[in-house]
Amino acid sequence: MLKIIKIAARNLRRYKRRTLLTSSLVTLGVVSVLLFVSVAGSFKNMMIGQITDSMLGHIQIHQKGYLASIDSLPLNRNLKEMQALKIEEVLAANPAIEAFSPRIKLGAMFSNYTETTNIRLNAVIPEQEIATMPLLIKRIAEGKKEGLLNKGEIVIPDLIAKGMKVKIGDGIVLVATNKDGSVNGQSFTVRSIIEGVTGPGGRDGYIHLDDARTLLRMEDKEISEIAIRLKDLHGLNKAFAGLKAELEPIRNKMDRPVFEVHTWEKLTPFFNIAKMIDLMTLFIKIMLVAIVLVSIMNVMVMAVYERINEIGTIAAMGTGPGKILLLFLTEGLLLGILGTALGVIISLVSIAALKAAKISFDFGQQQGLILNPTLNPSDIISIALIVIFIAVLGSLQPAWKAAKMDPITALRHV
Amino acid sequence: MTLVTAKDLKKTYEVGDIPVDAIRGANFTIQSASFVSFVGPSGSGKSTLLNMIGCLDPPSGGTLTVIGQDVSKLSKKESAKFRGTHIGFIFQDFNLIPVLTVSENIEYPLQMVQSWPAEERKKRVDKMLTAVGMQDQGHKYPRQISGGQKQRVAIARALVTQAKLVLADEPTANLDRDTAMRIIILMKKMRDEFGTTFVFSTHDPKIVGNAETVFNVEDGIVFESKAEGERDA
Repeated sequence: MLKIIKIAARNLRRYKRRTLLTSSLVTLGVVSVLLFVSVAGSFKNMMIGQITDSMLGHIQIHQKGYLASIDSLPLNRNLKEMQALKIEEVLAANPAIEAFSPRIKLGAMFSNYTETTNIRLNAVIPEQEIATMPLLIKRIAEGKKEGLLNKGEIVIPDLIAKGMKVKIGDGIVLVATNKDGSVNGQSFTVRSIIEGVTGPGGRDGYIHLDDARTLLRMEDKEISEIAIRLKDLHGLNKAFAGLKAELEPIRNKMDRPVFEVHTWEKLTPFFNIAKMIDLMTLFIKIMLVAIVLVSIMNVMVMAVYERINEIGTIAAMGTGPGKILLLFLTEGLLLGILGTALGVIISLVSIAALKAAKISFDFGQQQGLILNPTLNPSDIISIALIVIFIAVLGSLQPAWKAAKMDPITALRHV
Repeated sequence: MTLVTAKDLKKTYEVGDIPVDAIRGANFTIQSASFVSFVGPSGSGKSTLLNMIGCLDPPSGGTLTVIGQDVSKLSKKESAKFRGTHIGFIFQDFNLIPVLTVSENIEYPLQMVQSWPAEERKKRVDKMLTAVGMQDQGHKYPRQISGGQKQRVAIARALVTQAKLVLADEPTANLDRDTAMRIIILMKKMRDEFGTTFVFSTHDPKIVGNAETVFNVEDGIVFESKAEGERDA
């Protein structure tokens, strides 16, 4: 095999210019794909991180049917105290879960005593919410960040603060209708102003869970949902399946499921953007495959054509078709390896340069986000393996032709 | 000892829809360790005969026995194996592999065809380099040596596997007179040293003059003519 590799390598060196051109094409393809994967992946991860770490969490649990009517924030589909306790018991025993946060989601009228507007609110237990949504605190643009809020305080979204001309420390009134239809009002002090982010819940205000229960005159300790943060997002599917298996079989007296479990992917339309990025990556990879296939095949067809006489000679000397096939496949393999190695090195250098350049971009209402392209070893390995496999595949037809060549015809070739 | 026996050997090619008889019932024998020449004008069928003896082209009819093997019944794979084991080739254009050095070219059949161990290969290659007078040129590439030297390397490569039969198609056609003569002398020396049978197809009177057996080939018909030595006697 070493002899075959040596002959193949020397043949590549023999046609230096052609080898350089072909491997450059492969390199260009690899660099394009790796840069796209790293930049798009960085954008995707940032987007997912923003959505899951400041609003949604990785998994949410509701009462069955809540999600279908989530736009109206239905209070009559809240989880009852016993149901919530059951869920909390399951979550506490699950080692994959880092934190969870019970919430009441409600709509209310927001009044600064002169004007009134609508507001969507998340009523939370601050410590649990902070543990579950680590990026939430970072969104606070003005006011105290520590501890998120206390009872009697409200965190308001920046759009409402601007629109209603409300400042930190101002008093406001929230008026809400409970599930029985009775209306109640409660005074709050503005504790801080939070930046809005694109996506569901991105423009919600925050109050304390106990305040929401008072405002809504809840006699029972109901909640709308439980948001969950996992220790490792890569374990999402496994954790989701585990929770689903544990909670969804629980049925009410009418033999209907009590709970519904959803991953963040089901809770936000941004999952479709993430899927689109994946799809674009796939198409870029297909283009890479085409570039590699065409360039390697082209160069190997030329290599076989130019060496017909040599093929005839080695065949006449008794070299078997298998070895002739292997000789040309090895040439393709080496071309693929050369192009890939160069491509990976150039990509890594380019990515380091992009990181050092600290390129900023905007995402929805968030401005000045820093591009942080990264490459997983698995991405590099998978792309390298694809390219090398395609390089060998592209050599297969010319190599097969060489192996099947009639020695006499080949020896007569001028 | 008889090395090659042809009985009513035929070869027919299809040129378009028309069958063309390249060899028409040839009968001949070639003895072991002999110096044999097939002589004839272009298109007479001498290269076809060499190709059949070298198991590169199967006969269309008759029988052809080479080193005790009826080669007309061999498959392509078996033919390749048979060639690799028993037959060496020398070509008019030398046909050395340009990316291999002189030593590596000679080593090629031992490694790529017969899988000899590295140490044995080295000994054998050194022996052949010395035998053809190229012991100082082993590291050079074919582009760095002359035509005569290339043919010496080709001879060494043909003999390195201890082939019993070497087939040479116009081996001196691309060499000047003196070099050609030296190559013929070398091949005779190799025959004497290794007991190898050399079979040529040639126009070259120098080779014909040195051959012990000469077969004339005309229009696909083979007949033995007396070699120069025998005629003189």
